Amino acid sequence: MLIKKPADLKYSDITPKSIYVDRRKFLAGAAGVGAAMLGGRVVLDVISPRTTALAGTKLSGYSKSPLSTNEPRTPYNDVTQYNNFYEFGSDKDDPAVNAKNFRTSPWTVSVEGNVTKPQKFDMDAILKMAPLEERIYRLRCVEAWSIVVPWIGFPLSALLQKVEPTPKAKFVAFETFYDPKQMPKARGTGIEFPYREGLRLDEAMHPLTLVCVGMYGETLPPQDGAPVRLIVPWKYGFKSIKSIVKITLVEKQPRTTWNMAAPNEYGFYSNVNPKVDHPRWSQAKERRLGEFLKRPTLPFNGYADQVENLYSGMDLRKYF
Amino acid sequence: MLCLVPAARLGWKAFHGGLGPNPIEFITHETGDWILIFLVLTLAITPARKLLGFPDLIRFRRMVGLFAFFYSFLHFGTWIGLDKFFDWPEMVADVAKRRYITVGFTGFLLMIPLAVTSTAGWVRRLGGKRWQALHRLIYLTAVAGVVHYYWLVKSDVRKPVMYGSMVFLLLAYRVTVRLQERRRRAAGQARSLVSTAS
Repeated sequence: MLIKKPADLKYSDITPKSIYVDRRKFLAGAAGVGAAMLGGRVVLDVISPRTTALAGTKLSGYSKSPLSTNEPRTPYNDVTQYNNFYEFGSDKDDPAVNAKNFRTSPWTVSVEGNVTKPQKFDMDAILKMAPLEERIYRLRCVEAWSIVVPWIGFPLSALLQKVEPTPKAKFVAFETFYDPKQMPKARGTGIEFPYREGLRLDEAMHPLTLVCVGMYGETLPPQDGAPVRLIVPWKYGFKSIKSIVKITLVEKQPRTTWNMAAPNEYGFYSNVNPKVDHPRWSQAKERRLGEFLKRPTLPFNGYADQVENLYSGMDLRKYF
Repeated sequence: MLCLVPAARLGWKAFHGGLGPNPIEFITHETGDWILIFLVLTLAITPARKLLGFPDLIRFRRMVGLFAFFYSFLHFGTWIGLDKFFDWPEMVADVAKRRYITVGFTGFLLMIPLAVTSTAGWVRRLGGKRWQALHRLIYLTAVAGVVHYYWLVKSDVRKPVMYGSMVFLLLAYRVTVRLQERRRRAAGQARSLVSTAS
């Protein structure tokens, strides 16, 4: 007997749309009260600025990866108060404030496209998908600053193997959650939403590429891409897409947000490369947060030994 | 005194660790904002005197303008001493290569003669007309400042556009006044011609 695969559950099936909309109305009322409180909060902040961001839930049972760097970690407060997450505003201190009430549960990541087993994973499934590891990686932003962060996650390859990419799959496209109601500050920041990123399949399968669910021993704070994000340590930070809801295996190189905004400034590959300047600033050096003097930027952010074979024979000036 | 508040705030924050995870960037952005604010204020004084009827405001123009220079000095100094840490070859390369730095640097250079000749003695030495002509360089500085900002942001152009529209309005006011004066003069000449003819 042939058992047909049940139709995929759509996100909109989970909550009837009417309730979904009504809940917003309810929340709108609450938002008025919230705004009044926030006004008081701002005054309080001026008097005694917050020094700690909202802490996440402790994660346990993760191992320490030998792929970690032994460089000193950037203080937690720097990593949580200095963010690029344009959905929550374009200033570095915006996301810590504006993402505070970001709803990250329930959460599903849909994996689809050229795969044998398209699936929707909830956070429980993702947390149990593979053994969690702590990986202390350098992260180099395209804006020439850098941090060292103990991420917690597992190789993206484990997730991709679960859905079995077909031979047609050549690239992986990622998409960030976008809800203009939860993310009113996204408007006017000059980039298109939902935020998109992409990798070549071999880059996605590389053991350094991480599905990240936590940092500093805890679940991710909203401003750092809760509940699940990507970490690609040898590429500029914007490739490490946050708050992922969709992963699609595709045949052609997918469109990516910063590349769409300024194709001459942000390439699809965006491998960290001190020799290829951003048209408007040098990439030769970087400022590690917490340090005064700039340090030289390393090719592939110091991961050249592990990844440069992915690009052998490629002109990295052309494919920047 | 009020004009010193932003600088004092920066100083206070610097001693209390309030400059955030990237203090040098914070100082650079903060001083940059204040340059544009003071440039806009300087340019707003003449229109405010005429349109709002506060001729006395002229007393503040020199001071406000000098504060624009003061904050550019801090901004430029931050870049030299903190950001680039006196790496002269790199700075020269940046000024030549990065157009936003080229234009920002130009704006700063143009302010130097204005700051130097801001004293009463220099007004006398140059003569009112020439002094005024020289000090119109501030128009270029303001435009350079806005372009500098516009060219350096990644994608969110709202703030540079805001400063840009203020500078545009303030310069448009001057152009309009000029045109009106010229028309009035032309009309006046025409009238005098008519009266001599009759």
